[in-house]
Amino acid sequence: MSATTAMAEPRRDLRMAATLSRRRQRRNFVIKVFCILATVVGLVVLASILFTLLRLGIGGLKVTVFTHMTKPSGEDGGLLNPIVGSLIQTGIGAAIGTPIGIMVGTYLAEYAAKSVLGNAVRFVSDVLLSAPSILIGLFIYQLFVNGHGYSGIAGALSLAVIVIPIVVRTTEDMLRLIPVALREAAVALGAPKWKAIVLICYRAALDGIATGVLLAVARVAGETAPLLFTSLGNGNWSLDLTKPMASLPLAIYKYAGSPADDWVQLAWVGAMLITFGVLALNIVARVALRPRR
Amino acid sequence: MSTTMVETVEKAGIGPMTARSDAALHPARISIRGLDFFYGTNKALKSISLDLPEKQVTGMIGPSGCGKSTLLRVLNRMYDLYPNQRAIGEVLMDGENIIAPGMDLNQLRSRVGMVFQKPTPFPMSIYDNIAFGVKLHERLSKSAMDERVEWSLSRAALWEEVKDRLNASATGLSGGQQQRLCIARTIATRPEVILLDEPTSALDPISTLKIEELIDELKHEFTIAIVTHNMQQAARCADQVAFFFIGELIEAGPAAQMFTSPRQKRTQEYITGRFG
Ligand SMILES: Nc1ncnc2c1ncn2[C@@H]1O[C@H](COP(=O)(O)OP(=O)(O)OP(=O)(O)O)[C@@H](O)[C@H]1O
Ligand SMILES: [Mg+2]
Repeated sequence: MSATTAMAEPRRDLRMAATLSRRRQRRNFVIKVFCILATVVGLVVLASILFTLLRLGIGGLKVTVFTHMTKPSGEDGGLLNPIVGSLIQTGIGAAIGTPIGIMVGTYLAEYAAKSVLGNAVRFVSDVLLSAPSILIGLFIYQLFVNGHGYSGIAGALSLAVIVIPIVVRTTEDMLRLIPVALREAAVALGAPKWKAIVLICYRAALDGIATGVLLAVARVAGETAPLLFTSLGNGNWSLDLTKPMASLPLAIYKYAGSPADDWVQLAWVGAMLITFGVLALNIVARVALRPRR
Repeated sequence: MSTTMVETVEKAGIGPMTARSDAALHPARISIRGLDFFYGTNKALKSISLDLPEKQVTGMIGPSGCGKSTLLRVLNRMYDLYPNQRAIGEVLMDGENIIAPGMDLNQLRSRVGMVFQKPTPFPMSIYDNIAFGVKLHERLSKSAMDERVEWSLSRAALWEEVKDRLNASATGLSGGQQQRLCIARTIATRPEVILLDEPTSALDPISTLKIEELIDELKHEFTIAIVTHNMQQAARCADQVAFFFIGELIEAGPAAQMFTSPRQKRTQEYITGRFG
């Protein structure tokens, strides 16, 4: 019996089709329910964090939080020096880490996509991405603090080291998503490669890269461990980058575990400020980056 | 959809198509001599020799995968972006071999512009899309740039549709408008040669017609090569037709002759739709 002559016309089994269709709909329903449940769980956790922060923090939110230095318990202290210290260190960390991260990400996506060096750099960057932040603190400690003393700039540098791999990853991923046709179109007009990258690809990838930078800023704004070994914290007002510098996470770390009620209250206020500060930054960036038409 | 309909009607008929142009061919603007092209070790073009007559339209036809796009990408050295692609032979323009090493590629690409099959607007305003290419090669004052933008958009039959929203994002245009914007962007840099790779394959009949009319206009100033799968389009637009088959140039000649009395049997079969 040869295959060519005995081949039957394929037929459609309607009963089977109906069974399969019912089964598909059942599965579809089950998976949908699971997804919704998971979303609800996530949202409940998130909402309860925000709610707890607000409940415990809002009571301590006074003008003096922003106008007074940290003071011993019972002396009506504020958080002025940690707030400013955090802004300075996070700002410098992001300002150093972002351009380096973008350039490395560009190198990986555009110049060294499949080269051995490129693969090595990518691997190292990904390891750094998941390295515990306390290790990064120790690294900066060994390099800059040991022998020179604790300083704000060392704190900022340790934050920059955390920012870099995050920005590298998002920049590379975003640049890779840009269609080849867009690059070719730019090159076909006579644009040198770097102009095609800077003027066309960056623009097309702007949203994604900016999101990566924001993620990185949000991450380092709350980092405590690397600052412990680097900027140490400072109970007094100091803008000197070569001296120890205060920061919100360190103040929270110190206050939250103390027996004094007013310090615990300030710790909650500090946590609330970081969280809503990052939230506000995200919202502002989203509005600013919204595609205009 | 309606382009295929036109084609079926035509194929069902008895008589062969006739080309609209019966012009004699001008002297060559670009001369291709003994060109071989390799993707790695795979030879995609086999000793091609072809002249592109100045200020005329050369239509390149042939079945899918025969190397038409590959040939266009040689002419402005797009293949240079990819390290394992290689061309050997001569492509002469003003007596200079443009595929030789040492060629200034950015300058070459400003002289040989290219429009791709899919529209590729840059993620910026309509105005900036045009200005981007111009700024690469010229320093113009604001008013001169305004003038250039208007000139190129008018030539690309798009000015009337977009003159009130030059600062709107180009990605908001329709597919046909985007393709005309890409043509405007290309002619704005004032190239000498324009390469069009199936520029209308993603467009509706009206936009297709507009672009064909545009090509008719443009050939007074520019030397044009157009790849197309649509025999009607080749018959309507081309002064010279070149037929490719599996990496070889089977035959090339004035459009009138190619559509009435091709020398090769395969050409005739392809043109009349009996294979390919
Ligand atoms: N990037 C590439 N790498 C390897 N081979 C390729 C590449 N691009 C094209 N080819 C091969 O080169 C040959 C010619 O391809 P080309 O794209 O030039 O054909 P074409 O005539 O433009 O076809 P179509 O009408 O479908 O666009 C094909 O056999 C194709 O498989
Ligand atoms: Mg092609």
